Amino acid sequence: MKKSLIVAVVFGWVLGCNSPDASQSAKPDGPEVVQALPEQIDFNYHVKPILSDKCFACHGPDKGNQQAGLALHERELALAALGETHDRHAIVPGDTVKSLLVERIRSTDANTVMPPPESNLVLTEYEKAVLTAWVAQGAVYKKHWAFLAPTQPDVPAAGEGWANNEIDRFVAKRLDGSGLERSPQAEKAKLLRRASFVLTGLPPSLEALDRLEANTSPDAFEQEIDRLLASTAYAERMTQIWMDLSRYADSHGYQDDPERFMWPWRDWVIHAYEQNLPYDQFVTWQLAGDLLPDAGLEQVIASGFNRNHKITYEGGSLDEEFRTEYVADRAQVAGTAFLGLTMECARCHDHKYDPVSQKNYFELFAFFNNVDEEGFVEPVGRTPDPFVTLTHQEVEDLVAFIHLPDSIEKVELMVMEEMPQPRQAFLLARGQYDAPTEPVYPSTPERILAFGDRPPNRLGLANWLFDADNPLTARVAVNRLWQQVFGTGIVATSYDFGNQGALPSHPDLLDHLALKYQHEGWDTKAMLKYMVLSATFQQSSKTNAVYEEIDPENRLLARSPRVRLDAEMIRDQALLASNLLNGAVGGPSVKPYQPEGLWAETRGGGGNLKVYVPDTGNLLYRRSLYTFWKRTVPPPGMLTFDAATKDLCSVKRQETNTPLQALVLLNDPQIMEASRQIAVQVLAQQQLSEQERLNQMFRMATSRHASAEELQVLVAQLQAAMVDFESDEAAAKALIAVGEFPVDDSVAPTTLAAYTLVANTIMNLDESISRG
Amino acid sequence: MALGGIMGCRYFGKDADTGLVTEQKGIKGVLDKLHHGNKAKRVIYLFQSGGPSQLESFDYKPLLDKMRGQDLPESIRKGQRLTGMTADQTAFPLVGSSMFPFRQHGQSGAHISSLFPHISKIVDDICIIRSMHTEAINHDPAITFFQTGSQQSGRPSIGSWMSYGLGSENENLPAFSVLLSSGTGRPDAQPLYSRLWGNGFLNSLHQGVQFRTAKDPVLYLKDAEGISRNTRREMLTRLAKLNDLHYQDFGDPEIVSRIAQYEMAYRMQTSVPEVMNIDDEPEYIFKMYGPDSTTPGTYAANCILARRLAEKGVRFIQLYHMGWDQHFNLPLQMKGQAKDVDQPSAALIMDLKQRGMLEDTLVVWGGEFGRTNYSQGKLTAVDYGRDHHPRCFSIWMAGAGIKPGVVWGETDEFGYNIVKDPVHVHDFQATLLHLMGIDHEAFTYKYQGRRFRLTDVHGEVVKGILS
Repeated sequence: MKKSLIVAVVFGWVLGCNSPDASQSAKPDGPEVVQALPEQIDFNYHVKPILSDKCFACHGPDKGNQQAGLALHERELALAALGETHDRHAIVPGDTVKSLLVERIRSTDANTVMPPPESNLVLTEYEKAVLTAWVAQGAVYKKHWAFLAPTQPDVPAAGEGWANNEIDRFVAKRLDGSGLERSPQAEKAKLLRRASFVLTGLPPSLEALDRLEANTSPDAFEQEIDRLLASTAYAERMTQIWMDLSRYADSHGYQDDPERFMWPWRDWVIHAYEQNLPYDQFVTWQLAGDLLPDAGLEQVIASGFNRNHKITYEGGSLDEEFRTEYVADRAQVAGTAFLGLTMECARCHDHKYDPVSQKNYFELFAFFNNVDEEGFVEPVGRTPDPFVTLTHQEVEDLVAFIHLPDSIEKVELMVMEEMPQPRQAFLLARGQYDAPTEPVYPSTPERILAFGDRPPNRLGLANWLFDADNPLTARVAVNRLWQQVFGTGIVATSYDFGNQGALPSHPDLLDHLALKYQHEGWDTKAMLKYMVLSATFQQSSKTNAVYEEIDPENRLLARSPRVRLDAEMIRDQALLASNLLNGAVGGPSVKPYQPEGLWAETRGGGGNLKVYVPDTGNLLYRRSLYTFWKRTVPPPGMLTFDAATKDLCSVKRQETNTPLQALVLLNDPQIMEASRQIAVQVLAQQQLSEQERLNQMFRMATSRHASAEELQVLVAQLQAAMVDFESDEAAAKALIAVGEFPVDDSVAPTTLAAYTLVANTIMNLDESISRG
Repeated sequence: MALGGIMGCRYFGKDADTGLVTEQKGIKGVLDKLHHGNKAKRVIYLFQSGGPSQLESFDYKPLLDKMRGQDLPESIRKGQRLTGMTADQTAFPLVGSSMFPFRQHGQSGAHISSLFPHISKIVDDICIIRSMHTEAINHDPAITFFQTGSQQSGRPSIGSWMSYGLGSENENLPAFSVLLSSGTGRPDAQPLYSRLWGNGFLNSLHQGVQFRTAKDPVLYLKDAEGISRNTRREMLTRLAKLNDLHYQDFGDPEIVSRIAQYEMAYRMQTSVPEVMNIDDEPEYIFKMYGPDSTTPGTYAANCILARRLAEKGVRFIQLYHMGWDQHFNLPLQMKGQAKDVDQPSAALIMDLKQRGMLEDTLVVWGGEFGRTNYSQGKLTAVDYGRDHHPRCFSIWMAGAGIKPGVVWGETDEFGYNIVKDPVHVHDFQATLLHLMGIDHEAFTYKYQGRRFRLTDVHGEVVKGILS
């Protein structure tokens, strides 16, 4: 290894191993160029993150735990007179001497200092200075930014000559004075690779790359984007993301974990994305399709969204305990997915940080409590009520987008159905199913937006979500789309827009996007296109010491983020590049290769899920969103690359870098077989030279041509491998025998094995599993 | 931004004199320094999945034999909730352990049933806790609770917390290793799930890695047929070269981390099979761990592996032995289960002791809950079953920092409620962290705006069992 690399390894460790997760610090989001105090202290951006993180646990919204009677989340409460004689004040605006808060946070006495030592929380000097300055400036409070409805921001003039659209103006404005220069545009081929993965989850084909290269029209890139958005692959990619959020799986979870059949619902999601169903309808149908006045079968199927939670078949389970869990799960999804709030925190007590009371929580819970369902279901094989039965006749007549195979007579799909008389919901003490207290009725947190006189059911809830004044729905939704496109949301904590969530890196841009989405018909394809066509998106992702120093997390977007591919993308790219990909859409989930014994050794899986029986033939090569997901033993390669577990709603995946990932890419038969088929393809083109073949393999995995230096390495590897395999033909034969796809015997095994090895090397490049 | 890694990230130190960067042994955790001195450097957790009966093992209740067949008095049950399996039962006939008589053993004079003759012999090396209690009454939430501190899934397993906090002493093996075995007492055991050794919201570097007896001891570890060690080495060298070229162009430190992960993977390909290959163990070791120990995949063989992993510096070694769910046919099933684990568990303690490793290795033996003092189903002269019982059960701990030869806690004479020194699951977890040098209240991870702990917002260190 070269010296420069060794130094870089150290750097990598410092950055990689020791840098805490972004959410482990309470600093405002984005780089702190200078640690100097802002001249004008802003409550939302400077003060509240500190109060929330360090003070609210004992002096916050949880009425059950306001120590010494002090609460700091509202001005009136923070200014109130305290103490037996009502002569003590935590905060006296403008007076840092009389403000006990200032005295206590600056105390050096362990008995009086705040936060107290036993809390294990400590204020930094900077944080103390911010709080002191804020009190000195009058202790001005503002409502939490995310609970104020977005206002139409003025589009900045910055970015003239560079900007493709308004996005770039906002980004350019934020970059001004940051010390960071915008990056040049990425190479066309890399750009197409990036956009293809973002929008379809697949790499561009070599034809698409050539087409773009040859197209000199100014809107050449836009033409490709339109093609991508019009493809079914787009709908599949969007569905994949939605399956995480919807905790979709093919088994019921919990310990017995028998099979379930929710895939017709998944087929509906694909269909909805393909049709570009506006987001408001897309969500309304899923939340309340069954309650729509003109509900057809399609809308009822969509309501299966709320039945994707786990269900127990474990003998002896208490019915009400688990039924309560299912309702709570639905409430959690609604909170995370649509409101961007950790509503579930208020199940056991008032929320510690956000204005969500325990009563608010159970009012949300109450919307989902009126299903005539069991908590404990038996026997294995019975579909939990309520469900609809889909026969071929119905599919043909009403819902042709469902891919019901001829081999299956009918399928029972769990859906939502309201009980004629709503079940009385209660506030449950400590969130426990057997501790009901006061009765509660469906409603929403008033501090976000009053529920008003809407019907107190799921349809009313959907209607409330899409009220023009709802401050959260559109922001949360566009932020997730931004995350899809840029790797990280404008609000990095896409699951939490509350007081403990990250602050938006570009608040005005977020509002601009939210209002645009809202005003232009919740048009998801249009919004994605708008983002992808921005100059910001099209920047190079090269980084350097300056970027890494000033903005290591790339919150300011002076460069495009370099994002690792999702688990599904990695496998799908291998299938596409090897020409193995079976492009069939929808239908029952499939079972590709999996190491033997994994299901059997944990002993789970009632019925036919005890032992994993892989599929054969072209079912082995379906896109990864169709891979059978058994909750207790998910596909191991997927989890290794950070796929969501599908146990609960998940709107953001981790991005990790581990040795187990290396092992998958080196040895998973699916990847090895694909490597061989990539080799078969280039070897079949007899007009190509050795170097051209290697270059083509390289291009299939990275979407670009190999450099001379890179080719040199590949040629050397190929030649060495040829020599090795010629001296050990048995090894060559063994290597190319991996997988079920018939081996091409027109090529000499040694040649094929050598090319296979090189193809596998290419598949393992960091660049090959990066979208670039 | 991806976190780089603990596993696979060797640590590098700068030599003060020469300024040269040198590699250090091991893998660093997030804790710069321990909260206090640690007695334990590593943990071997022998999880008895299903809920072993305390009444046929470590909690002696002669009254139950005297009252055999009589109904459990309501004054004792006090409305305790029952699982759906016995909730409809009209009678609750008490049953003791007369089929497996208890005797006192060792200097401590602890009572142990005849099902565990080998553990009886090491009783002066272990601390039996008879006053464990939990909140869950069904397997899934109960095991999840023990392993993660929460009944609902989604939080990191204990081993993941350890890996996150303390890293590993061995850079070539995962800090958190998992071994499974099936009981012969009840082969149709209730299942396990991989999320029990999941990393929850922690970086997936901290997930438990399952070591298997299949051809791949770790998934995808073995190179494809036809790829020699030499070929693999050459390939990885070229791969590193290509990755480095890209790094020169793009400057992303993740690429450097990626190169390091491949090197770690390569080293694992050697180190894992080495540690898994127990053929080089001397004959007396197999004798010690019992006849099953030569059969790969058994609890006995896994106990030997656990010791080998501990020797290699693996931080947290988690065994699961399935099949302890004796709703019916308890006498027969329990015999099989006890036979599976009795000799190997005792051998593990003796083996660690003879190597001087018991001093800094904490061993835990126990399940997720206990079993009822009355029969589930019909009580006959030779047969009965027991339902789940969360209010009291027994576990034992041994080694680093644990007082040996102690019996802690006490249940009432019916073996139904705790009357002295109750130990809650969170107390157990707090104690385990304490022994590792960690203050359970200070060791947090902030996720979704909240600082999470293994012990949630509870837990007291059980000081009375500390040496």
